[in-house]
Order: sequence, then C-alpha cells, then structure tokens
Amino acid sequence: MPHRVSVVGIERCIGCYSCMFACSRLRFNEVGMARSAIQVRSAGGIERGFIVIVCRACIDPPCAKSCPTSALKPRPGGGVILNEDKCTSCKSCYEACIVRAIVWDDERDKPIVCRYCGFCTKFCPHNVIALESIGREILV
Amino acid sequence: MTDPSIYNVLYIDLTEGKHEVQERRDLFEKYLGGAGVAVKLLEEECPKGVDPLSPENPIIFTVGPLTGLFPLASKTVAMFKSPLTRNFGESHAGGRSAAAIRFAGYGAIVIRGASRNPVYISIVNDKVKIKDATTLWGMRSSYAVGRVLREVEPGAGKRTIMRIGMAGENLVRYANVVVESYRHFGRLGLGAVFGSKKLKAIVIVGTRSVKIDDVKAYTKVYEEIYKEVTETGVMSKYHVLGTSENVLPLNMLGALPTRNLMQARFELAENISGETLAEKYLAKKIACTHCPIGCIHLASLRIAFAPGHEYETLIIPYDYEPIYALGSMLGIGSAGDVLRLIEKIEGLGLDAISTGVVMAWATEAYQRGLITERETMRLRPNWGEDVEVYIRMAERIARRANEFYSALADGVEAAASKYGGLDFALTCGGNEIPGYHTGPAALVGFITGPRNSHLDSAGYSIDQKALVKPMSDEEMIKQLVEEERVRNVLTSLVICLFARGIYKLDRVSRALETLGIRRSLEELMQLGAEIQRAKASFKAREGFNPYNVRIAKRFFETPTPQGRLTEERIMRMISMYIDAADLKDIYRA
Ligand code: SF4
Ligand code: SF4
Ligand code: SF4
Ligand code: SF4
Repeated sequence: MPHRVSVVGIERCIGCYSCMFACSRLRFNEVGMARSAIQVRSAGGIERGFIVIVCRACIDPPCAKSCPTSALKPRPGGGVILNEDKCTSCKSCYEACIVRAIVWDDERDKPIVCRYCGFCTKFCPHNVIALESIGREILV
Repeated sequence: MTDPSIYNVLYIDLTEGKHEVQERRDLFEKYLGGAGVAVKLLEEECPKGVDPLSPENPIIFTVGPLTGLFPLASKTVAMFKSPLTRNFGESHAGGRSAAAIRFAGYGAIVIRGASRNPVYISIVNDKVKIKDATTLWGMRSSYAVGRVLREVEPGAGKRTIMRIGMAGENLVRYANVVVESYRHFGRLGLGAVFGSKKLKAIVIVGTRSVKIDDVKAYTKVYEEIYKEVTETGVMSKYHVLGTSENVLPLNMLGALPTRNLMQARFELAENISGETLAEKYLAKKIACTHCPIGCIHLASLRIAFAPGHEYETLIIPYDYEPIYALGSMLGIGSAGDVLRLIEKIEGLGLDAISTGVVMAWATEAYQRGLITERETMRLRPNWGEDVEVYIRMAERIARRANEFYSALADGVEAAASKYGGLDFALTCGGNEIPGYHTGPAALVGFITGPRNSHLDSAGYSIDQKALVKPMSDEEMIKQLVEEERVRNVLTSLVICLFARGIYKLDRVSRALETLGIRRSLEELMQLGAEIQRAKASFKAREGFNPYNVRIAKRFFETPTPQGRLTEERIMRMISMYIDAADLKDIYRA
C-alpha cells in the first residue's frame, strides 16, 4: 500500500528542522537546509508558528501532468516517481505544484521530489508529521 | 576531513565599508571553534586598554565544527570587550544564528571599525552588503525592526536577524542584541558595542550544505545523540517547564534573591513560578535550529488597552533569569506583571538580569533616601507595588533620560559609586548578579568566572550538591575549575549548555571523530584549561584582578542555604581557585 508523509499537528511544531536535516542526510549525504524534500519555515515571525510543506501524494498529480518528458510519472495509488535521467530541468513540475512541495536543487539543477520513505518522521520530536498509508483513498 | 568552510573567517570593516574572507585553519585546527577561536581572535583584534565603545573594539561571532550537524550544537558565541565590566565580554545566543553562519559558509565573523551613519549588514552566503539603516534607527521596539527586515531581506525561515533596540543605540552598557525575537546575546553589553558602531542589525542567510564524508559513522553518532535527547528524561526539564522550574526549588532552599537580596525567599514565589506561568500563560514552545528539545517558552498575555473589551495579545518569552530579575528582585509577585516587564525590556533591548538588578538597587536607594523624586523624575519605586513605575523606569534608562538614569544606564556599580549604596549594589566584577544565592561556590564563581556570571562554572549547582552531601571548600573549588574547563570545550563547539548531560566529553570526542577531528579526553580537557587561561589573561590585561574585586556587604548579610558567608572565607576560596586553575602567574595577590 502506498504511503505519504502527512502533516498531522502543525500547531505542535517547534521549528527544530530535525525533519529537514534527516531528509538532507538521507538523500544527499549532507547536512543543510537547502536540499530536503520536506520544508519548514516560520509563518512570518516565529510568534506565528511554522509551516511544514511536503508532497501530498496527489491522486492525479499536476506535477506529473506538466512534465514534458515523462521523467515525473504518477505512482500507483498517488504521488509521483522521478526518473532523473529523463529530466531536462525545465522546472514545469516545480511551477505546477501549487503547495510548493517540489524543491528546486540549485546545485544540480534538478527537482527534489519526496520518495515517501518516512525517514523524516522518525526525527520529529513532536509527532507533527506522520507516515500514513493512503490505501483507502484509492478505493474512493 | 571536516568541511573546510568552517575555517573561513569573514572580516567586515564598517569604517572602510569593505569585507574579505580569510582561511584561518590555524585557529580552528588548534582551538576547534566557538569560545576557543573567539578568544584568540579577540587577542588579535582588540588592542589593550581600548575604550569598549570605540571603533577599535571588535565584535566576533564564532560557531564550531559540530554546528548545524549535530542536535543541540545550536549556539553562537559573541566576543568583545565589555562596555559594562570594561574587560572580557562573551555572550551566547541560539535561535537560527549558528546554523545561518555555518550554512552561509563561515566559522567566524569579525566586525571591525564603526560606521558614521546607521547601517545593517546583510549576509547571503558569500554576498555581504552594508546597507543603510537610517529608517530603523530610533524605532521604539526591537520587534518592529525585525518585522521590517523580514520583509526586505531574503531567506524566510532560514535566516537569523540580530538587532539592537533603543538601549543599544543609546549605549546603555548592558544593552543586548535580540535574535529571532526571543533569544539574545544578553549579558555584558554587546548591544552597546553594536550601537557604538552605528550597527543596527545583522541578517544572515545560509543556504549552503555541509558534505559529510563518512555518513555511516556520522549517522550512527547522530542517532545515538538524538535518541538520548528525545527518548530519555535527561533533558526533559528544559522542555516541560523550562528553566523557570527553578523558581520554587530555589525559593524553598532560601536561595532566590528577593528585593535586592534583602531576602532570599519570596513569599509570592508561587505566583511567578514556572508552574503558574505554564498553567495560566504558556502558549507554545519553540526551538533553536537543530534542537529537538524546544526550551523556548512563549507566554500569551492579553492586555486591555481601552474600555469595551479592547484587547491586545502579546507573545512573551520567559525563563528563570528574567523571572528572578524582574520578579522576585523587584518584589513583583504577579506573573502578568512580570511578563509585561519582560516584554518592555525585550522591546527596548535591555539585558533583563542587569536591568532588574539596577532597578532593585534604585528602589532600595530611593527608600533609603540616597536618591529622591528629583532623580527618579517623580517615580516612586516601591517593591512590586506598581509595575508601571518599573516600565517607565526601564524606558528612561534606555533613553538615558536624565543624569540619574544615565548613571543607571552605566550599571549598578557606576550608579552606586555616584549616589552611594555600594553595600547593596549587587555586582561581581562590575556585572549584575544572576539569581542564585545558593552559597559560596556560586559567589566565588561570579567573582572568578571570565564573564562574572553563573554561566562560566555553575557554582549554584555545586552549592546544591553540597547541601545534599557536604563538601569541603577545596572540593567545591576543584569542581568549579573543572566545570569551567568542560564548559570551555562545549562552548568551543558550540553546544547548548543545557545539553551538557548528553555531550559528555567522550561523546564529544566521538562526534568530532566522525568529522575526522581526533581529540582524546585529555586533549579536550587541556584545551579547556588553555581557554580558561586565555580568558583570564585578557581580563588581567584589561585590569581585572579577582583579589581586588569589591564584594558588596549584602552578600554576607543575607544567609544562604549553607548559612551566612564571610568575606574571609570567600577570599580564601578565590585564592584557592587561582591556585587550582593554575592562574597564579596571571592574577597576583
Ligand atoms: S509534488 Fe505537488 S503536485 Fe506533485 S504529487 Fe506532490 S503535492 Fe501533488
Ligand atoms: S523539471 Fe524534470 S521532472 Fe520536472 S517537469 Fe521538467 S523534465 Fe519533468
Ligand atoms: S519521506 Fe523521505 S524523501 Fe520524503 S521528505 Fe521525508 S525523508 Fe525526505
Ligand atoms: S521535526 Fe517536527 S517539530 Fe521539528 S521542524 Fe520538523 S515538523 Fe516541526
């Protein structure tokens, strides 16, 4: 059954960025805030709390539809899979995702797309994010 | 091999309007980073005997090799010559400052010279700009400055915004630098040094990444630390109630300085305790970048500003120290009043501890008739009676409203030297005391610590141990010296001191090893001792000598949980400290 990372308790977020560091560590063998498929930022001044953005694993993903080379393809059950070899760095997917869940990797000039692995959720101290199965939505 | 960007020192000259980057591998390889590297840069940059408010006084920021990479290596060290004590100045802050500096590609930032006109510095990775801040100068609140800069500068959510308030502009000698609204370079007057350089703010955006060679080794130690931080109780106190959980225990012991330390117990402590604040006002907790604890407690306070249910809601950070300084020290026994005072002082950019101690002295001096309503400009301070009086007093200090407030703006030592009342002017080495009347170790720590505060050697904790299991003065001194050295190591890396229970030196050594930096425990302790000597040398060079420190009578009048202290005993312990820390050649009797 496919999974996705879901933001289940945004008000509990303390802005520690542990989730971003986890993704950047796992995916890029590096530590930083630039390259991570999950993004955290303050909602305009820390007093207003935080925003966490991660791929929603759309059933009919606009990002994939916008891809001219089929580098980004729908994943069965929701979300997308990226085949970087086919990607021409056109940025249409980046523009197409209105929640801005596709992060642009300036260094490699490629999109960063979530792989739904859930590694980031293991490092959230406040259960703000959770890996959830999206099986039920397929039936609908 | 560790990421070489840590070796980069960004030098910014405000007089010349220029900047350059130099690789200082020499410093970082020997002193790791943080406090160790900063004290060396201070030696290089700060000429002897210089006026702390002159362009010659440098501002130095440093981070360390673990910064950004490990949980809770989340702090930045600032070093400068203190306008308050006129010797060694060091102050730490978290927020996003450390990660921003590291990911912008630097291990240190040195600011030299002074601008003629108000400016702020914008650093976006390798792009450094000195920008006009005329419009920001004189703004009523440091919060507003942050709001403006958030709009005009890039990097939302991943940047640090350091700024001063009115107090820094007016060179109040204990003005602070506010970071991300709720964190501070609080103590010893960095804000005044900013002000003297006409430097209103610094915005740093870091979007670089640090490459890890041995990800496997790194991840292993990372996860081990992460687990211990989040899954054991080692750090829970900092998250649950935060440092304000100290109010009641310290009060119970009789160690909570109250009404300018005329007492060490506050009958209204319950009202301003961490428990009360959490129950009635706590809105949320937040964290510094890469800290899964989240110790920053934010209260929400609703204030009616006009009849007809017209409310404003303020978000106010609180901690033990401001509760002590702006609560019990002033006899204020209402959490709402304490929060209002904290909010005011934050906005003005004043250090909460110094301001509270200064106002406590002023209250006592007024009651004893050393000063009158002429000096206070018709304010009648009376322990806790009317918080408005203290709010106005703080404003007048920040504006240096008359000769008297200007003396207060120079610190308790200066004010009492002018108006009398040194016997109850509560400073050690010129720095206003923190909230621990726990016994001899705390007091000796305030006198011998490089920052003249509890942060250097945590004497308060040694005192509390001695209450459970009595120890000799020698043993206390031994622990004091050792703690100071360990802290010098942690602050060279720069690990949050709340995590000292997690980062035992052997773990520090292993964390460093994953980055290719090999240091044995002995080598780390040696480094701690070396930094201790370097700081003492700087202090001695600038005229400080613990043998000659003025110790206010009040410390000996009000009993501690370990009984009444005597001057003879404290002097004896100071001498023991100098022996034990091996500083005899630096400080002579
Ligand atoms: S990247 Fe955006 S558009 Fe594409 S599946 Fe995820 S949320 Fe939907
Ligand atoms: S950037 Fe790559 S993945 Fe995205 S739409 Fe263009 S080709 Fe497809
Ligand atoms: S699920 Fe995996 S790829 Fe997606 S954000 Fe989390 S760690 Fe990154
Ligand atoms: S790990 Fe959790 S608490 Fe921390 S920033 Fe991410 S979502 Fe927020």
